[in-house]
Amino acid sequence: MQVSTSSSLHRSSLSLEQIKQLQRASRREEIGRNWYKFSRNPISVMGLLVVVTVILLAAFAPYVAPYPAHAGPFTDFANAKKPPSATYWLGTDQIGRDIFSRILFGMRSSLLMGVVVLSLVVPPGVLLGLLAGYYHNTWIDTLIMRVTDIFLAVPPLVLALAVASVLKPNLWNSMMAVSLMWWPWYTRLVYGLATALRNEYFVIAAEVTGASTAHILFREIFPNTISPILTKMSIDIAWVIIIGSMLSFVGLGVQPPEPSLGTMIADGAKYLPDQWWIAVFPALAIVVIVLGFNLLGDGIRDMFASEEA
Amino acid sequence: MSMLRFLIQRALYSVFVLLGLSIVIFVIARIMPGDPARMAVGARAPQWVVDRLREQMHLDQPIAIQYYYWLRDAVRGDFGLSLITQRPVTYDIKETLPASLELALYAALIAAVFGIGMGILSARYKDSWIDNLSRLFSYAGIVTPSYIFAILFILLFGFALKWFPIIGRVSENVPLPPKITGLVTVDALIQGQFSTFVDALWHIVLPSLSLAMGSIAQAARITRSSMADNLTKDYIANMRALGVSERAIMSRFLLKPSLIPTISILGLDIAAILSVAFIVESIFNWPGMARYGMNAMLYKDLNAISAVILVFGAAFAIMNILVDLIVAYLDPRIRLRAAKGE
Repeated sequence: MQVSTSSSLHRSSLSLEQIKQLQRASRREEIGRNWYKFSRNPISVMGLLVVVTVILLAAFAPYVAPYPAHAGPFTDFANAKKPPSATYWLGTDQIGRDIFSRILFGMRSSLLMGVVVLSLVVPPGVLLGLLAGYYHNTWIDTLIMRVTDIFLAVPPLVLALAVASVLKPNLWNSMMAVSLMWWPWYTRLVYGLATALRNEYFVIAAEVTGASTAHILFREIFPNTISPILTKMSIDIAWVIIIGSMLSFVGLGVQPPEPSLGTMIADGAKYLPDQWWIAVFPALAIVVIVLGFNLLGDGIRDMFASEEA
Repeated sequence: MSMLRFLIQRALYSVFVLLGLSIVIFVIARIMPGDPARMAVGARAPQWVVDRLREQMHLDQPIAIQYYYWLRDAVRGDFGLSLITQRPVTYDIKETLPASLELALYAALIAAVFGIGMGILSARYKDSWIDNLSRLFSYAGIVTPSYIFAILFILLFGFALKWFPIIGRVSENVPLPPKITGLVTVDALIQGQFSTFVDALWHIVLPSLSLAMGSIAQAARITRSSMADNLTKDYIANMRALGVSERAIMSRFLLKPSLIPTISILGLDIAAILSVAFIVESIFNWPGMARYGMNAMLYKDLNAISAVILVFGAAFAIMNILVDLIVAYLDPRIRLRAAKGE
């Protein structure tokens, strides 16, 4: 009893600067603790390793790839459809390009797709969710959430295909198409959280002390939605990569000769079963990328889950 | 009574959502550069034909009026002519929808049987090799897109092992049974054409399995975790204390409540199955609505695109209502709440 009084007395005598310092220290400690929790799970660490490796390989593709020129309009018909060998690790495609090199370059557009789409959809999706949730049961809520429901009425792939099909097929338009269909998932997630958080005492306290709406939305409610948002993002990036590969598989994404995993699989499918490596290795590359992000995502989810427990 | 009210509310809301969707689709269809009338008659048609058609299609009117005409026709089931087939889109959809439904139905069936089965085994023998194997399988199922499964299955079961055919609904020399439901396997059975039934069943294995893989994995994961959750509940401990056998606990008291989340997810998955069918149907040359829609998209056949997406929206809405009904049937708490009008 005595101890707690003295410590609370002690705390009240701290200066603002000291409090901030303590806050920073505790935040650092929290990050350290989360990392410890994350690193204790070998599967999550493996996911992180896979993701980091993929990112590095894609980033340094021009230096890592054995035949960087093969990522462009290159032909070598003498060496076409060669099976995997010491010269061509994963074989060559129908016009003699090294598949391993093309996979490395293809991963670039996959990763770019995931990153660009998420950075386009998360801010507006989250903002709309915050607004609708905070103004629960008002016309703002009704308007935002009814529009959200409309976009959620059809699986995102179908509408993304439709939008991509009316635009000129290329990587940027396919990103637009997927982004246009992806924000509602974040709106709905944040909406659910915000409707619950708006009744918490700290929000009410901020309201009665006259805090601005922006302060309440971004400084009070938003910080409490970050961990579910991050968890969803880490799992979503894999989905976006899959959908992107599907768009390019049907010819609505990256255009040849630019390599992309989806188009490589689609081209290779024509040479099944005899030249199986043309389709199978890019397919495995997608599986590895998606697996990596999924393991990482699960690790992040568990990390935050145990934090709340 | 209030269950009925709930149903009506849901149905009305679905109509509202579909209306909204129709606006979205209409806008998408109209942002496309190019003149739909010109596209419909081709590049070599004289200008006056195009102008006449523009008038007929109300393309000379403001966009809101255009939408009104489009919606009026759509409600009557008239989506105009398809550019690719030169037939009414509604006719094409009637022709192709059953094939997609059949595929989705089998995929859902496979997903439910194997997914729930694997989930139960996993929960029953938790942390054994069965559990580990099934979890590994689930992970593979979740991270592999269905079109990649399609390609791997074609390679393995189609070419290498030659167990299953890889193209179409029936073999070339097998005539399709006279149409009753449009589902070839069902029609063949009704009319006693057993060999046709077997042939069609053989053809549907690979495409439906490719579509189902992801759902099997999801269903197994959710069944396992929800059974594991429920296993620690007091009522199960109570059953054990009363000396009820483990088998009876599993089958009578644990399974039903544990299946509720699985069924909700599976219901939504069926809609997702229909959407990835867009690509899988093309790979297997399956004459379904999704392949039709895919072709429509590749050839910018706007009437067909709009109709296919609306049919998808409707199917999704119906699935959602069905799932709610099934879940309410399985979970008496929801029925009670609905009865109290909450």
